[in-house]
Amino acid sequence: MRRLPLSLIVGAVLSSIFLIAAGLSLLWTPHDVTALDISARFQPPSPEYLLGTDQFGRDILSMLMVGARTSIAVALVAVAIGMALGVPLGLAAAARRGQLLDEIVGRGNDIVFAFPFLVTAILISAVFGPSATNAIIAFGIFNVPVFARVTRSAALPIWTLDYILAARTAGKGQVRISLEHILPNILNVLIVQASIQFSLGIPVEAALSFVGLGAQPPLPSWGRMLADAQTMIYTNPRLALLPGLAIVTMVLGLNLMGDGLRDVLDPRLRRLRA
Amino acid sequence: MIGVEGLSLAIHGTPILRKVSFGIAPGEILGLVGESGSGKSMTALALMGLLPPGAVPEGVAALDGENLLAATEARLCALRGNEIGMIFQEPMTALNPVRTIGDQVAETLRVHGAAGKAEARRIARETLDRVGLSKIGMDRYPHELSGGQRQRVCIAAAVALHPRLLIADEPTTALDVTTQAQILDLLKGLVAEQGMALMLITHDLAVVSGMADRVAVMRAGEVVERGETNAVLRRPSHAYTAKLIEASGHQPDRDALAERAAVLSAEAVVRTYPGARQGLTRGPEVRAVDGVSLTLHRGESLGLVGESGCGKSTLTRALLGLEPVQAGRITLNGGPVGPDMPTDRRAAIQVVFQDPFGSFNPRWRVARLVAEPFHLFGARPADWREQVAGMLEAVGLSRSDMEKFPHEFSGGQRQRIAIARALITRPDVLVLDEAVSALDVSIRAQILDLLADLQGRFGLSYLFISHDLSVVRSVTDRVMVMQAGKIVEEGETERVFTAPAHAYTRSLIAAAPRLELISA
Repeated sequence: MRRLPLSLIVGAVLSSIFLIAAGLSLLWTPHDVTALDISARFQPPSPEYLLGTDQFGRDILSMLMVGARTSIAVALVAVAIGMALGVPLGLAAAARRGQLLDEIVGRGNDIVFAFPFLVTAILISAVFGPSATNAIIAFGIFNVPVFARVTRSAALPIWTLDYILAARTAGKGQVRISLEHILPNILNVLIVQASIQFSLGIPVEAALSFVGLGAQPPLPSWGRMLADAQTMIYTNPRLALLPGLAIVTMVLGLNLMGDGLRDVLDPRLRRLRA
Repeated sequence: MIGVEGLSLAIHGTPILRKVSFGIAPGEILGLVGESGSGKSMTALALMGLLPPGAVPEGVAALDGENLLAATEARLCALRGNEIGMIFQEPMTALNPVRTIGDQVAETLRVHGAAGKAEARRIARETLDRVGLSKIGMDRYPHELSGGQRQRVCIAAAVALHPRLLIADEPTTALDVTTQAQILDLLKGLVAEQGMALMLITHDLAVVSGMADRVAVMRAGEVVERGETNAVLRRPSHAYTAKLIEASGHQPDRDALAERAAVLSAEAVVRTYPGARQGLTRGPEVRAVDGVSLTLHRGESLGLVGESGCGKSTLTRALLGLEPVQAGRITLNGGPVGPDMPTDRRAAIQVVFQDPFGSFNPRWRVARLVAEPFHLFGARPADWREQVAGMLEAVGLSRSDMEKFPHEFSGGQRQRIAIARALITRPDVLVLDEAVSALDVSIRAQILDLLADLQGRFGLSYLFISHDLSVVRSVTDRVMVMQAGKIVEEGETERVFTAPAHAYTRSLIAAAPRLELISA
């Protein structure tokens, strides 16, 4: 076994801290995140409140843990939506390259790409009301063309290979060839792209919540913690610093992991390094 | 004068070359012959100082007394292009696609400070004229040229500064026979004219026999035999050389065809493609196959020869029923062939491709790969593993190979797997699309023997598609010559080769390099 790149190890460690914290928050948090205790507001870090409390006396560590869960859930489901729709579209476009379906998928991608994301997210919130679910849907829609394009471009060269022709002489249709021959051979590219889209999803969720279009109170979210702390940034900088730090560390970890994964999985890069 | 003495090379401790020695005098052509992995190209890269990281050369490679192996990188940069020129196998990738050919030839001159901008362009024009591109403008891009023209541009860039040594690594392997003959002529002329030494690396003994003054035969990193070309080829002293010569002209034993019943036939088949897009409209449609008729009899081997772009591959895909035809009719065992033909008819015609590396899904094991055509019968038969094992043994592999992945096999073994996959449905017709073209001569001889053996055992008819005339001549009963989508000549193989009727056939045969061996 070859040595794994350092970026993959560091990234995986950083990301898994947040993943474990988010998973743990489903079962247990140090304090109830919805319990307000005005008498305990603006507490500095102490054995009782490891990272202190906010202006309503809520435990910040607990809020960060649940916030991680919100961010990860939004980013993960959005990536899943993007893959579930984008990969089949890309496979179909590659199978019917140069034909009408390919054109429709290609131009459809262009149209979605042409919309500014945040404006569209605001539109969706304005029509359906702000919520974490709508943030997921908005970002999910914008993931679809990304995966459709990556899938199509990775699948095209494989369609020209002889084993595809051999599969066709074995009477296999386009759907079967796409699933049996194309998909397994582009999976590495898709995994790398998924990790990149996932790491993009974290700040997107934070940004939507920051402007009030994402997770709604009382559900804690990193973006809204930042927004709430804005007015107190001079008196209580800790309230803004902690969620900000969480966002930066999580995104850094995911990006490093994505980079490392690409180094390990992308055959073109592997050849360049060899 | 270049002299190589005791050149040894190890990469990360693995020995690649062992005590390679040869010399080339000015105006002389040395043929460096060997099969893949014999160290031919590594020898050339060692001379150029372009070895991969981790390579440690030993010995002496002297160009007019200067040891290239001891030269600094700066000195080598000054030598490369100036004193030593090199041309490669693949002219498409050897040229930069976004720069004009004039710039690329002039670049060599500019890099070495041999000329100013205007002067460099003038010399580049002269050099392009000399390599036979006088009608081609300097402002053309590589994609606008044919393969042969591109290789001429590469040669022009390599010889612009009149190097003392020119290294040509398989310069004609990617080219058609008629183009190959022209490029070889050009190289020969340049050597005589400029008095440079030419090191011609090739796997093709026939090319060497017509070109080289002297020859060095390499195997597994060693020069096993060297000497004057005629002497070596006529009276090889090393067993390996003798084996190579035998394999090059190998004639498998074949049973004479028995029946005259047609198994596959095509009548006036036309296959057109929509023209290239020009704005919103399309240009005139392209006729890739233009009224082709053919008949393949049971147990017969029919050859189809033609140069690249003549429509061979398009015709193949139509015969396999993978693409529709615009006119004409193809019948297999009496039923029509097309994209929607029934699966039992599809099972009766299978194919083996040229590239032993692109023919398999790299993530599947051999058992699954070979069993893939069972899809034609709906479900895999209950004893499918037994059938796969039996077929692997029939093509000379073992049943223990079933659990391996394709990358664990050599090129020749992969071609055996491809044959097993094609035969698993017991077809009547096997299309061999350049099936032995990518193989070394000794491996090619083994595969040809295997095909001859299988033809008798399974009662197969072969459609043998190739650009290699000597192979077609040795294994087919009848041959068809295809040019620009049309069959221009058809007949008994020996008749076509000894008395070609069509001018194009004559030019093909004349251009093909021959290994003439007069056993004295």
